[in-house]
Amino acid sequence: MANGLYIDFEFCSGCHSCEIACRNELELGITDFGMKVLEDKPRQNPDGSWHWDYIAYPTELCNLCEDRVAAGGIPACVQHCQAKVLYYGTIEELTAQMLEKGSKGAIFIP
Amino acid sequence: MIDMNKVASDVLAATPKTGPTNATAWKTQDGDETIFRTCAWSPPGCHPVGCGLRVHVKDGVVTKIEGDPEHPITRGSLCPRCLALKEYIYHPDRIIHPMKRAKEFRGQADKWEECSWDEATTLVANAAIEIREKFGPETIIVFGGTGREANNWYPQWANLVFGTPNSVYAQPGWSCYGPRMTNTAFMMGGGYPEIDYASKFPLRYDDPRFTPPELILLWGKEPLRSNPDGLYGHAIIEMMRRFGTKIICVDPRVTWIGTRAEEVLQLRPGTDTALAMAFIYVLAHDDLVDHEFIDAWTYGYDALVQRVSEMPPSRAAEICGLDEEQIWRAARLFGNAKPSSVAWGLATDESTNGAQLGMCLVALMSITGFLDAPGGTTLGMGDDQGNVVRDGGSISADEKVDDATDSTLELALKHGMMSEDTWFNKRIGVDKYPCVGSVMWTCQPDEMLKALETGKPFKLHMAQFVSSNPISCIGGEPQRWWNALRELDFNFACDLFMNPVIQACCDVFLPVSSTIEHDGQVVTHYGLNSSFYGAENKCVQVGDCKSDIEIMRMVGKKIFPEFWNRFDTDEDYNNFHVFRSWLPWDTLRDNVVTMSDEEYFKYKTGRLRPDGNPGFPTMTGRLELYSYAYANFQEDALPYFEDPAYGPVSMPKMMESEYPFVLTTGARRQEFFHSEHKQVPSLRQISPYPEVDINPADATRLGIEEGDWVEIWSPYGKCRQKAKVTPTIKEGVVHAVHAFWFPEQEASEPNLFGAFKSNINNLMPTSVNAKSGFGNTFKSMICNIKKVYDNDDVNFPTDTGIMLEASRQCEFTYQETWRPTDAPVVDPIPQDQILSFEKTPEIDNIVK
Ligand code: SF4
Ligand code: SF4
Ligand code: SF4
Repeated sequence: MANGLYIDFEFCSGCHSCEIACRNELELGITDFGMKVLEDKPRQNPDGSWHWDYIAYPTELCNLCEDRVAAGGIPACVQHCQAKVLYYGTIEELTAQMLEKGSKGAIFIP
Repeated sequence: MIDMNKVASDVLAATPKTGPTNATAWKTQDGDETIFRTCAWSPPGCHPVGCGLRVHVKDGVVTKIEGDPEHPITRGSLCPRCLALKEYIYHPDRIIHPMKRAKEFRGQADKWEECSWDEATTLVANAAIEIREKFGPETIIVFGGTGREANNWYPQWANLVFGTPNSVYAQPGWSCYGPRMTNTAFMMGGGYPEIDYASKFPLRYDDPRFTPPELILLWGKEPLRSNPDGLYGHAIIEMMRRFGTKIICVDPRVTWIGTRAEEVLQLRPGTDTALAMAFIYVLAHDDLVDHEFIDAWTYGYDALVQRVSEMPPSRAAEICGLDEEQIWRAARLFGNAKPSSVAWGLATDESTNGAQLGMCLVALMSITGFLDAPGGTTLGMGDDQGNVVRDGGSISADEKVDDATDSTLELALKHGMMSEDTWFNKRIGVDKYPCVGSVMWTCQPDEMLKALETGKPFKLHMAQFVSSNPISCIGGEPQRWWNALRELDFNFACDLFMNPVIQACCDVFLPVSSTIEHDGQVVTHYGLNSSFYGAENKCVQVGDCKSDIEIMRMVGKKIFPEFWNRFDTDEDYNNFHVFRSWLPWDTLRDNVVTMSDEEYFKYKTGRLRPDGNPGFPTMTGRLELYSYAYANFQEDALPYFEDPAYGPVSMPKMMESEYPFVLTTGARRQEFFHSEHKQVPSLRQISPYPEVDINPADATRLGIEEGDWVEIWSPYGKCRQKAKVTPTIKEGVVHAVHAFWFPEQEASEPNLFGAFKSNINNLMPTSVNAKSGFGNTFKSMICNIKKVYDNDDVNFPTDTGIMLEASRQCEFTYQETWRPTDAPVVDPIPQDQILSFEKTPEIDNIVK
């Protein structure tokens, strides 16, 4: 079963920790990203409630931290995520977790 | 799949009460790498959050910095600043050897020369000895910045090394933490109130004593970005996800967490006290209070209710620009939540009506019955690291009186560095503002600026900057500080990078080690409300850099050897300067993290009062909703609303004509700690430019588009930032970031790294304080804003020219009439200067 990353983006604060943690892990240059935080800018919905989402997604440079995982660890982005909204696992496990929450979730295969 | 929460709770379940015995040792070997576990504080700038690091070192060089999964609070996470720490400590611009420069070359970047530590510290000590003898020790001043580890040391530099009472926190009105400390000390003691996130227990959320807050009221606070004073902000997200904790935000901006809140009360800046009074009105009206608590433990509830009867939600709605219904709804939501918790933010401090706001917020924390209760707002035991002058009320129960736990002041008096006359009569501004003098250990900053300019009550001669950059960061009217400070006889700094104030004013630069280059201790809230005691463990040496403590010891030995010779090592000093844990330094180091494990309800168990009796350390022994301490300082004993000094009510004519916007500043960005981190590529990449938030309707009207450079000006001065057009800011209000300078630009005067181009404090007055001497206008100023074009204009932030308009304080003396103070300051304003410039590449280049 393939592995991936699940993000509960209802609670991704857009803090950029995952981006830098990934860059450190993959030893990337300053303009390269294995993980990138995107923003859907704030706006007010017709009912007056607010929309403002961040979502972190892995790029083609992401190798799901194969070295760390092989050594028994967890991916750098997952570990450092301040909101603890990133999860690593098999797609099956992640899907179950996402469905259990039922909203604002996404699973990525880099 | 690996669940980090599970990993963490497994680790924690195995962690005994004081110091985990089966945790990984603080130092382990993995092949040719040594891995250090340590807790971070500063430098670089941060509050005492003490996040857990694992630092990998090979051949004395850091190879990798990661979060520490065994740290009970952060559990492996880190914010971007520690993740970029390697870029910071090995940055090519970092200064790693002591330097000196002849006084006549101040402001010239190419005139610095490297020198030895002995020469540098001798220069400092000799200057201080000479100035002490010739002019008196009080003519030496020591600047400290906010929140950093050096916060512990700058009063000690002042009192114990130079024997001067004049340490300076240069922000007008001491507008950070001081006012909230005062509210706490005057009304209830207990260190500093903080939201409960099970931060004191080894088992954290799984501790059976803990109950999660049902609702957190975030008042003028954005903890996710700032981790203020040691509150680990993202714990709020953990509690929202895990326990369904609800949020109410009171903020003129809708923050990201505000979009996840039940209510956002987007009030007119500076009107918070009216809203807080209305909240109390609703709680009393609906009887959503805990009468048992109120009757047993508080004083003055009826008087408070009487007072807030003046402020029904209908009136507050009008003052704050809110919907009356929303105030009722939000206050009821708060009043019905069990338990409820209150996080009071910096906005409390940065206003001239802030003491009264603080009084209301202390009431909201307590009359619900959830003060120091599980899931409520916790209190601490007031360990203050020896710096707080001890007549402010925050004395803790088991304070010892032997030498090692004397306050800094007591030591200075006892060992002869400072006389009582010097302390009581030469500390600038505390005669005028005794309220500030009673709780804070420094001078009153606005009065210090006047003293620097006028030579009254006496002329100042020497300044030290301990991780403080008053002309790019906290100083209001920064040109005035710059102009005054460059005239002193001798100035020096302890820091890591060159910055505008050092370039402009200093003669000696002493390079400081970062948090992973020295041994130290970190305690949340500076010990005022301790979640844990963390060890900062030295992992590497960079250049010749030394810790703040070692530098202080070196200079101290050259001035007061009898006192300073007793410390041979930093460890001696750390042992001397113990925290409430009372653990010897090496035990703290071995534990890495020692949880405080403090109990709830300390007012019931006698843990708040010096005599060990139940109750609060106040005049009545109760929590004083009616404050005798404020009354003692000629303030109203009860909260009242006063409109901000600048705004549509106080100055309608000016707002109708030249200054139609309300300006608020100071919102935090996680990638920068105030003026720091601007040279770190991974961080500057996130925010390359200073940004001002403006509502789309206002932007359209003024022809401003996202990313345009705009000029913002007030009666005091102007600066330039980039427009960020966003509906999260109310129409008619703008928010501008603070403390932006450009380390990549020309360092020499007059450009000084572009210190004045984007500095929003060019627009901020000094001396517009509350009666107490606290508070200022950072959250409620007036301004105007317009689009500007980059036509090779030297004033452009991307150019190396200079944006320097004289501060207009001289011609604009509103603060003298709004709340009369003494003689207006005259004279030392530089002329407008436009010098030659060279076009530099866009800032983007530094992040490539
Ligand atoms: S799993 Fe590893 S490689 Fe992939 S984004 Fe996360 S940190 Fe980067
Ligand atoms: S670290 Fe977590 S919270 Fe922060 S941006 Fe990445 S996914 Fe979002
Ligand atoms: S909050 Fe402070 S200690 Fe924690 S990771 Fe960020 S910079 Fe480091």
